[in-house]
Parts: sequence; C-alpha cells; structure tokens
Amino acid sequence: MFILARNELYRLFLSPLAWVILALSQIILAYLFLTHIDYFIQIQAKISAIPGAPGVTELIASPLFSNAATILLLLTPLITMRLIAEERRNDSLPLLLSAPLSIHQVVFGKYLGTIGFFITLLLLISLMPLSLALGSDLDFKLLSAGMLGLCLLVASFTAIGLFLSSLTNQPAIAAITTFTSLFLLWIIDWAGNTQVAGESSALFSWLSLLSHYQPLLQGEVNSSDVAYYLIVITTFLALTIHRLDSQRLN
Amino acid sequence: MSTLLIAQSLSRYFGDQHAVNNVSFEIHKGEVLGFLGPNGAGKSTTMKMLSGNLAPNRGEITINGYDLLTEPKQAKAQIGYLPEQPPLYKELTVKEFLYFCAQINQIDSSRIKNATDTVIERCGLTDVTHRLIGNLSKGYQQRVGIAQAIIHTPAVVILDEPTSGLDPIQIREIRQLIRDVATEHSVILSTHILPEVKTLCDRVQIINQGQLIFSDTIAGLEHNMHASSLLLTLNSPPDIAQLQQLTGVITVESLNSTRFKLHYQPDSNPTQELLNRAVTENWQLTELSPEQHSLEDVFMNIIQQESSTQEPIS
Repeated sequence: MFILARNELYRLFLSPLAWVILALSQIILAYLFLTHIDYFIQIQAKISAIPGAPGVTELIASPLFSNAATILLLLTPLITMRLIAEERRNDSLPLLLSAPLSIHQVVFGKYLGTIGFFITLLLLISLMPLSLALGSDLDFKLLSAGMLGLCLLVASFTAIGLFLSSLTNQPAIAAITTFTSLFLLWIIDWAGNTQVAGESSALFSWLSLLSHYQPLLQGEVNSSDVAYYLIVITTFLALTIHRLDSQRLN
Repeated sequence: MSTLLIAQSLSRYFGDQHAVNNVSFEIHKGEVLGFLGPNGAGKSTTMKMLSGNLAPNRGEITINGYDLLTEPKQAKAQIGYLPEQPPLYKELTVKEFLYFCAQINQIDSSRIKNATDTVIERCGLTDVTHRLIGNLSKGYQQRVGIAQAIIHTPAVVILDEPTSGLDPIQIREIRQLIRDVATEHSVILSTHILPEVKTLCDRVQIINQGQLIFSDTIAGLEHNMHASSLLLTLNSPPDIAQLQQLTGVITVESLNSTRFKLHYQPDSNPTQELLNRAVTENWQLTELSPEQHSLEDVFMNIIQQESSTQEPIS
C-alpha cells in the first residue's frame, strides 16, 4: 500500500503537471496573501483601539485559507483525473490487478499518494501565515483549526475525484465531472441558505462541503463537521473499491 | 509431472455473448501451452480470467494449489501476466519500473535488487536500464513487459500475443526469450500466428467462438498435417486415365499439361508403383513430392469441421 502510494507520488512529481500546479497556486495565493496584509496594515490603526478586535490570524490567515479552498477546488480535479482513468487508458491497470494486491490496497495506495502531494501543497501554503510569526503574535490554535479544515476538505475532494476517475477511461471526463460535483457540493449551501428554513434546505446545507469548512476557519472544531468529512472520504473510497471490484466481475 | 494450473469449465459472458464457454485445461510443470485461435475467439478473455483481471461467470481456476477466487493473493503471487498491451509506466526508467514491480509482487526487500538485476540481464535490458520506458522501441517495451511478468519467479507465466506488432528481428528475439523463460517457468502463450506455436509450444489448444475445439501435442497437430496427396511433374505424361488406374488413387487433378496432383487413400500410398511405371514407360518424371498441409490448412480445417459438426474433436 505504501509502495503504491510512494510510486504514485513519485510519478506525479515526474510529470510537469505537479510542479506547475505547485508553482501557480503559490503565485496566486502569495498575491492574495499580500493583499490581505495590505488591508490589515490599512485598518490596523483603526482597530487597535477596539478591545477584542480581530487579530492578525483572523484577518490574514483565515481569509487566505478560505481562498486556498477555492483554488484547491479548481486544482484537485486536475490531479485526481489521472489516478485511475489514465491507468486504464495506458492499459497499465492490469499490472496492479494481477499483482498479489487486493483492490483496497490499490485504492488506498493511490489515495495516500495523492494526499501526500496535497499535504506538500498545504505545507507550502501554511508557510505564508507562519512567516507572520516573525513579527507578530499568531493564534496558533486558530491556525491549526484552519489547517485541519483545509486538510479534511482536500482529503474529501481527493476521495470524490478518485471515485469519479474510476468511472471512466477518459481523464478529461473525470476532471470535468469531478469539478462539477465539487462545485455543486460547494454551492448547494446557497440553496440551503436562501430558501425559507425547511427540511430540504437543512439537508442541502448539511451536504455542503463549504458549510462544514466555515466553522473550522473560525476556530470551531465540531466533531460533527469532522465526522462529515470522514463520512465523505470513507463513502467515496468504498465506492471506488466497489467500482473496481465490480468491473472485474462484470 | 506436477500440475501447476487447472482451469475447470470456465465460462464468461458479456451480455448475451458467450466470450468463453465451458473451457477446461491443465498445465504441467515445464510446459509451454499455446493458445491458438482467430481474433475474437476468446483467447484474451481466457488469459484475463487466468490472471485474475476478470472473474469468470462459472468455473474454477487453481494455481499451484491455490484457488484464484478464494485465495487471490496467494494465487496471484504464482502467476506473471503480460497482457496484449504491456502494462508499463512510460515515465519511469526501466530500472525504476522493475524495482516497483518487484515491490508490488512482494519480493523481500533484501532480494529486490538481486531480482531486478537478474531479470534485467535475462531479458537483455542491460543497455537500456536507465532509459525511460516511453522512449524505448516496441521490442524493448515488450521485453520490459516480459521482465515484469517473470520478476517474482512465478510458477506460471501468461503471455497474451507477445509478438504482435513487432518486426521480424524483434519477433525472433522475443521468441528466443520466451524459450529461455520456458526453461524455468510453465508458459501459457496466446497467438494467432501459427508457425509461432510450432516453434515454441509443447502443446496446442485451439479455441474458436469461446469453445475449446482441439487440444493435443505438437506431434498430434503435425499428424493432422499429413495430407494424402502427391504433386508430380511428368515431361511426357500419359493419359490421365492411366494415372487414375494406379492402386489407391482416388482422383487426379491436372494443374497444367505436365503437372498433376494425385489424391490417394491414406492407407495405400501409390508412390512406389508410380515410380516404377514412370521408369518403365518413360514418363520423364522431374518432380515428385508428398504434399503437406500447412498449419494454416489444419487450422482452417479444424475450425470449419467444428462449425459444421459442432462437436469437439480430440
């Protein structure tokens, strides 16, 4: 399983795609980071007098993580599309299927490898707010809650992407369906908020990836939010295993 | 002789279509079994089932004592599989790829390096060890594919059309490699190239429309190749009627004014009598050769026989 994960990560970094994604996401987020700092410097004088005013972590790190989530929503499909669809396209899937590995080892291996890549990306992103620690006091608890949220979010994105990649042998289709599904799960919350509170809107709001992310950004670690992400991850990994297994049978 | 692989009444349907229907066979240690059949006969489907890539609808596969369906891990450790398209990661170098294959085939980490080096040498990949697989020629990619299948020294190696798409020199090299592999492993080989079977295999099975219609040794197949006809050229030929009167001759076909084809009853060969008459009556014999069916003819015969009688022979 870890062999597969390592191989997946290694092959990912052999392709220019991984490097380009790392570089471009850094550029965009660095720019946003600077604008947040700019804004903070502008209002710093005004809010310093107010007791209990939001600090540097709330005004810079939280919005940055919120932006990072949007960017990851766009990037995840590009990474996950190749996971199984491309193997199928290159006819390399039989290598894994005829090796003495079980299907869930294959799926977990691929999943962990991809998560490894995103952890790298997240560490690079978190370096930006952490650099502020040089000149100011950071709320590390708030920061780590945000990081946890981002990790869980990306882990769910990847699980969904992995499943959709197992459905097709066209990476492009996998990318588009993943993007659409993630985006839908992102905005389904809007329907939940705008409608008059009723059964269905509460359901929509619960389904939304975003509505479980917001509390974490504000430093609230609710077990229900964490559980939501874990449910999403487990469900889609199980679906992927089922899908690969049933392909062998049918 | 120990039996390494037993397939029992394998069947596989795709919708209504019977891709493989009730196929049973065995492989013994040190044997090369050739799977022969036209395209779409069910060869690849059978191979996929044997390698665990496809589950059969019915039937059982036992590999070296392990049931493929109930103990897939142990069973899969005993097989090496090279599909029609070699499963390669083209962005890796040959060495990296084989190292990875050794790892996923659960070779002890202490023996991985050794196994990789051995297989690189056996498959003649020493010169390309550090090149990217994507940049290699088809022949070399095929070798990497074979290397991948034998790296964990499996009991049975399954090769699906290993020489398709290669040039004649590469085909010779790959055949040599397969012969070499066959000294240590049992090999199942599928192909639609008939001479390949003759040069490589100990035993042949012909599959057509999902059914096994012939299963015999190469000698048995060659027996089928003996035809009961003679080709002869006579510079001053007699009447056809005279040739017809030779003992055992059924029909005489005149190919042109001097060339004839004699069909005779299998148990009475008229060659001796023909020679004597030719000498005494001065027919000026310049060519006399027993006609041999090509493997193609035998193959076509068997397939046609099958489709007309619908009964398995052998």
